[in-house]
Amino acid sequence: MSPIDGAHMELCRLRCPFGYVGLPARHFAAFAAPGIGESGGDILKLVRWNLMIEEHVNLSSERLAALYKSVLRIRRVEEEVARIYSSDLVKSPIHLSIGQEAVSVGVCDILTPEDVVYGTYRGHALYLAKGGDLKAMIAELFGRETGCAGGKAGSMHLVDPAANVMGMSAIVATHIPLAVGHAFAAKSQGLTAIVVCFFGEGAADEGAFHEAINFAALKRLPMLFVCENNRLAIHSSVESRMSGPGLAARFSSYGVSGCKINDGNIFSIRSAAEELAGEIRDGQGPRYLECKTSRWREHVGPKEDWDASYRDAVEESEHFSTDPVGVLAERLDEDTRTALDGEIAAEIEKAFSLAEAAPYPTADALNRHVYG
Amino acid sequence: MSTDSPALREITYSQALFEATRQEMACDDSVFVFGQGVDDHKGHYGTTMNLHQEFGAERCFDTPLAEDAMTGMAVGAALAGMRPIHVHQRMDFLLLCMNQLINMAAKFSYMFNGAYRVPLVVRASIGRSWGQGPQHSQALHSMFMHVPGLKVVAPTTAHDAKGCLAAAIRDNNPVVFIEHRMLYGLSGHVSEESYETPFGQARLLTEGGDITIVAISHMAIEALRARHHLQSVGISAEVIDPVSLSPIDWDTILASVEKTKRLLVVDNGWLSCGASAEIVAETVEQLQGKCTITVGRMGFAPSPCPTTRPLERLFYPNDRTIAARAYQLVNEGDGSWLPEGSDSAEITEFRGPF
Repeated sequence: MSPIDGAHMELCRLRCPFGYVGLPARHFAAFAAPGIGESGGDILKLVRWNLMIEEHVNLSSERLAALYKSVLRIRRVEEEVARIYSSDLVKSPIHLSIGQEAVSVGVCDILTPEDVVYGTYRGHALYLAKGGDLKAMIAELFGRETGCAGGKAGSMHLVDPAANVMGMSAIVATHIPLAVGHAFAAKSQGLTAIVVCFFGEGAADEGAFHEAINFAALKRLPMLFVCENNRLAIHSSVESRMSGPGLAARFSSYGVSGCKINDGNIFSIRSAAEELAGEIRDGQGPRYLECKTSRWREHVGPKEDWDASYRDAVEESEHFSTDPVGVLAERLDEDTRTALDGEIAAEIEKAFSLAEAAPYPTADALNRHVYG
Repeated sequence: MSTDSPALREITYSQALFEATRQEMACDDSVFVFGQGVDDHKGHYGTTMNLHQEFGAERCFDTPLAEDAMTGMAVGAALAGMRPIHVHQRMDFLLLCMNQLINMAAKFSYMFNGAYRVPLVVRASIGRSWGQGPQHSQALHSMFMHVPGLKVVAPTTAHDAKGCLAAAIRDNNPVVFIEHRMLYGLSGHVSEESYETPFGQARLLTEGGDITIVAISHMAIEALRARHHLQSVGISAEVIDPVSLSPIDWDTILASVEKTKRLLVVDNGWLSCGASAEIVAETVEQLQGKCTITVGRMGFAPSPCPTTRPLERLFYPNDRTIAARAYQLVNEGDGSWLPEGSDSAEITEFRGPF
């Protein structure tokens, strides 16, 4: 499949009972039957359309190169983490983002430095895509003093206040209310920044998700909810956990509209995020963006586990065709790719060697910062 | 603070809380107060009365019944530079907030190596009377004392209520602020000017030489009454109100017990793994080898709180049972004595339904 095959670039747009927030009419094609996990949505009108891909991927060569560099950098960093994991330099759990990079990179590409992101324990991609410091990240994974949290947090809790990457949480859905509160503060303080909260679809099982969405909608807060729907909570399928017509309906029931991207294509994700962020910045209140994606490695750890019985490797392999590394590589000339590949390799090598040489925190750090 | 200050008035505990909140909101735009009923006609025992009119609905507002996410919302707002005050009509509802308070609020400073502060006040009402029963009266301070990163205060007097609330609002950490319903109507001398009661500083309510009684929240009032009973049998009790439970002022407690050689801790909570256990354990550990001491603990009966008045009276310690226990400790178990008397006015005169 060509990465610009419009037939596969579907977005779902929701008409919610509290008022419609729409894209221009040219985007609409036809009503379609609900997809997997969306059946029974009789209170909803799911509208699909084919994106005018040529228009939306009409990005400058510099932008394409930046996107390519961002996704490849994340991929290579995580591959290196996985490669050295058996050396035991990383003495804590890792939840790799490999396969899901398009969501973080596509969304973060349209954010400003002032915009704030909240993420999860599977947060390497988001941290790097939003501008988190690579050297501090690897040092953190290695438990060193120079890590982004001085070694106290590890892979599951990356943080970079300078890049407005808020500290990440390992308790599913716990960070969603925090993001809502941050958006409440931003609105109270009259800031122009928006808050973007990334979470997996498993978070929609939690009560905090519903409570937080309700409040964000009630107060018309400037925030974008981004669901990375990999359809897996550890090894539990979404079908075994989620009743009703799907995530869109849950947002809709609170009067929050948004988009669903079914194919994982980075251009679709970026375009949708750009449009939704524009609406949020216009003061229209919160929006959601649901992106179907695929986790290519095991839930926790460095390995692939396609041979395990809990998921359908054939179904998930559909996402290989929209791998952003390949999609973007096709749009760049070889010289550009070669130069970026080299830059990334050198940066990674330096980050890992610096981390390995960095000291561990000293004993006096144990009780420091218990209180702020 | 001088008691002859011209700005010193006698006001109630509720009025003191209201005054502290109002003064902090007036001088700091980042302070806001929210929670179920804060902007209603009762204003949470008057402590938030009409603040929404004075400061606007953005800074004093009702919330959905969503304690979990509302706590997380407050944490997020605090991370973004605000100073939220989250008001709970009953401390029992804090059990719905535990995930956010313990996994998030208490962790953000440490887990992110000092990158963040969480200036959050969580106000929670506790207490007996008018049949509050097992789910509307619990005092869960010991659960929060267990967790590094949280501060816990339970002021008893109107003066400390105002000073502690101002200190809590200005503190850069999550503070669980505990208010006993039987205290709301009690009056005390309170300065009109803004001031802080520093955390980690106990209040020596009365001096005495025979026994140290450390009593928490409303139990400090009962302990003061017990002291009068004890005086009638020639026993002089030193009564200490810890005020702040985390951090706790060990120096004041240890100095007193080293003097009296006897310690009775009266908690407004259960004994098992409670504040009383912590206070006795630390005191014994610190004083062992220095002196021999006698210790005792009192608190809730080991049951959920019953609703009916006759059983509720048995569930809580009171001035007479405290005096009797102190008498036993002083006389090393020799003889029993129970002074006569009746329940205190704030309990007998309280009328519901709230």
